[in-house]
Amino acid sequence: MNLDDLILQFQKKDKTAFEKLYNMYAENICGVINTIIKDVERSQELCQDVFIKIWDKSDNYDASKGRFFTWILNIARNTAIDELRSKSHKNQKKNLSMDSFVDTYENGEDLEGKIDAIGLQSLLKGLKDKCILLIDLLYFKGYTQKEVSKELKTPIGTIKTRLRSCISELRKNTQL
Amino acid sequence: MDIEKYIASGVLELYIAGSLSPEENLEVQHYAIQYPKIQKEIEAIEAAMLQLTKTVSPGIPEDGFNKLKPELDDLIPFLPTASEKKTPWNSYLGWAASLLFAAGLIWVYLENNTLKSEIEITNQEKQSLEEILSGVRNKVTSQETLLQALRDKNVTVIDLGGQTVSPRSYAKAYWNKEEENVIIDAQGLPEPPDGYAYQVWSLKLDPLTPTSIGLLEDFTADNNKMFTLPNPNDATEAFGITLEPEGGSETPTLDQLYTLGAVGP
Repeated sequence: MNLDDLILQFQKKDKTAFEKLYNMYAENICGVINTIIKDVERSQELCQDVFIKIWDKSDNYDASKGRFFTWILNIARNTAIDELRSKSHKNQKKNLSMDSFVDTYENGEDLEGKIDAIGLQSLLKGLKDKCILLIDLLYFKGYTQKEVSKELKTPIGTIKTRLRSCISELRKNTQL
Repeated sequence: MDIEKYIASGVLELYIAGSLSPEENLEVQHYAIQYPKIQKEIEAIEAAMLQLTKTVSPGIPEDGFNKLKPELDDLIPFLPTASEKKTPWNSYLGWAASLLFAAGLIWVYLENNTLKSEIEITNQEKQSLEEILSGVRNKVTSQETLLQALRDKNVTVIDLGGQTVSPRSYAKAYWNKEEENVIIDAQGLPEPPDGYAYQVWSLKLDPLTPTSIGLLEDFTADNNKMFTLPNPNDATEAFGITLEPEGGSETPTLDQLYTLGAVGP
């Protein structure tokens, strides 16, 4: 069964199809959430919540709005950002603005050693800081192209071509 | 469509990130269906992002999906109502929009008609105002001419007093000897009865010799009651006005003498 059919079955509330999608994407979703809230246990709970939301709102997904992964990525980001803004996290003084997805292991926050630091290092090999920042803002923090352009004080056209070359670099590393 | 250029633009990377506008998303999806190369590129970018997000992941909870299962069943009953509600809204919105549009069209049409008739009315008003203005101009011109005639240095003014038949009548004669005419101001005369008209006479007194100089024609219709008559009689000593049968008489009917006045020395 290809991805489109799988999604169609899932939208018909087919639990087997949903389980397949869960197995395909749950790890990614948990990863995105953890880079934002930096709390392994909590991010795994939220990850489960995200999949319940996905199941609940399956009718909302429409291929004309983008890829299925992009749709669930967006739900995951919003859930994690809501969590950050909620009271339980205010006390811990964590916020979205400064750290990028690489800081999770660089800052030694991954105490349990659950993140594949070596894998990440090889994946990001040769990528400039500019690239990491751009990938972080667009994929992990969910900035729109306009917001990125404003944040980095760079025209949208430049952002796009820079992103293209950054992702090309990343893709080279994935094939190693 | 330059596929390579489109791929190189970076738009597909933004598509996976979810950073495009709904319109741009539609465009990308449209091209992806049309060009397999674009579809493949999208999948490759997504694969790279999947690998990256997987690499930073702390992993899924143990027995993750089985823990979800019981919660999935609870949600199902709510879904049919949610999806039923959705469709009519769109069609209601569509109908509402088209009704609004039709109402807008009608309004514009009516507004346009109103404006057209307003322009028509304004044009008519303008025309009638122009007519009034030209009438006023003519009147002013003729009164200026009259005033000039009356103020001429050769003009002699003669007061004609009321006589036995109509003691309260009066008139004035402005006699210009040079121009050989006389302007009669008949404002003080009553309107003549039907079939009668006032006749103006130039008189010599000794012996009494009346010479007709004309009728005050269309007396009733004339607004300013000023009548210009020729008077070639250099030796006129007095002017008299009598009421005569329409068309005038050879000699004045003296018992119908309304006003009379002698030319001063």
